[in-house]
Amino acid sequence: MITLRDVHKAFGANKVLRGVDLEVPRGSSMVIIGGSGSGKSVALKCVLGLVPPDAGQILVDGKDATRGDRDAFLARFGMLFQGGALFDSLPVWQNVAFRLLRGSLKRPRDEAREIAVEKLRRVGLSPDVADLFPSELSGGMQKRVGLARAIAAEPEIIFFDEPTTGLDPIMAGVINDLIREIVTEMGATAMTITHDMTSVRAIADNVAMLYDGVIKWTGPVAEMDNSGDPYLDQFIHGRADGPIAAVR
Amino acid sequence: MIAAAPLAYLGRQTLALLALTGQVSLFTAQGLSHIFRPPFYGREFLVALLQIGWLSLPVVGLTAFFTGGALALQIYDGSTRFSAEAVVPQIVAIGMVRELGPVLGGLMIAARVTSSIAAEIATMKVTEQIDALVTLSTHPMKYLTAPRVLAALLVVPALVGVGDVIGVFGGFIVSTQQLGFNPSTYIHNTVDFLEVRDVLSSLAKGCAFGGIAATMGCYFGMNSGRGAQGVGQATKGSVQAAAVLILAANFLLTSLFFGT
Repeated sequence: MITLRDVHKAFGANKVLRGVDLEVPRGSSMVIIGGSGSGKSVALKCVLGLVPPDAGQILVDGKDATRGDRDAFLARFGMLFQGGALFDSLPVWQNVAFRLLRGSLKRPRDEAREIAVEKLRRVGLSPDVADLFPSELSGGMQKRVGLARAIAAEPEIIFFDEPTTGLDPIMAGVINDLIREIVTEMGATAMTITHDMTSVRAIADNVAMLYDGVIKWTGPVAEMDNSGDPYLDQFIHGRADGPIAAVR
Repeated sequence: MIAAAPLAYLGRQTLALLALTGQVSLFTAQGLSHIFRPPFYGREFLVALLQIGWLSLPVVGLTAFFTGGALALQIYDGSTRFSAEAVVPQIVAIGMVRELGPVLGGLMIAARVTSSIAAEIATMKVTEQIDALVTLSTHPMKYLTAPRVLAALLVVPALVGVGDVIGVFGGFIVSTQQLGFNPSTYIHNTVDFLEVRDVLSSLAKGCAFGGIAATMGCYFGMNSGRGAQGVGQATKGSVQAAAVLILAANFLLTSLFFGT
């Protein structure tokens, strides 16, 4: 279980998170939605410790995420970054097997490569891709490689940052289906941030809407359409009129 | 109020410079400490060794060769005014080994290596590759900074040493082919004149300049702003800082070795 309690974060005068409270049950898929600049990525990065929160508490399975052994903590996580964040200087298979080639999860090189090729196959990429460099791949393929890297060490918790941004609708659908399948099959806890409503419906068990630095609404995805929350309604229907200012 | 504006500006710039000095000092201490603490990334170290050392050899070698040649011409022209042409080998040797070899080598490394490190790491930051490293349980200082700084500390002195030899050789070629010096006398005078401390000071400067060049590249890369502009500013800032610090360090080291 991931718990955020009254989490605050500001960058200078810009208060991005103003007291976020959120619970993500173990083995469930939580999708956080919200407009651009609403602090979704910051919330995710606070959990991972990439951005230290100014105040509040972040607990993972009841333990404070900011204390204890960082390596052991991060070894439980996998993350798919918005742009893939693949390492340009390494071939695809070494990107996927990065964690398996060094540190506490280190495996023999051949075994790490085998696992990488298997994970690539799992996300629909052929073994030929393994020896290419990220710059030789299309955007959709890079996303898949990023996904393969996120699941390579079979983490308990996986974060997806805008998994379908920049992809055509068909490729976005493929990525959504893959995420859903992988999360279900691995039994992992997933946190996804997106403003793509198709992704939300495909990936989420639960949805949380972040607006003005706080969680405005949270609940099961099935209740999203009948929430009665004017902010959520405006957002999911993409209306210009409503409590959320169109010009920000 | 208007009269105080320049003073306020000066104050802000001074505070910013002091803050930057503190940040760079802390970053340098951290980078050096990670060199001695596991895990060690051997592959990254070897790649850095190749990129900083071997691939910089042509530019450092050519710079040294032409500088040595020009130095021989200048000294010959100057020394003829008081009939002291015979000192050309000695002055070329001392000039190249003590000053021009390390300083120009250091500046060439700043231009080639510092800029490349800063641009690469800044791009990694902008594209979230640094964040990805962290989520993959890899410390960016250990993976990116320590191997580059260690490689520069080890390989730049060697590069400077080779540059010194090439520079002296440039002076030798010009002196013997254009100015009519006897080759064996030229070599004899050069070798006899140089002292161990001349060579040691050159290598020590190479070590310091290499450390400065790599550290500045890593610091500005890690602290770059967003987007293409951020990468550009990090690259420019790193080269400026490295060049100024190399020249300042050169003065300090020269005072240390040869100050009276």
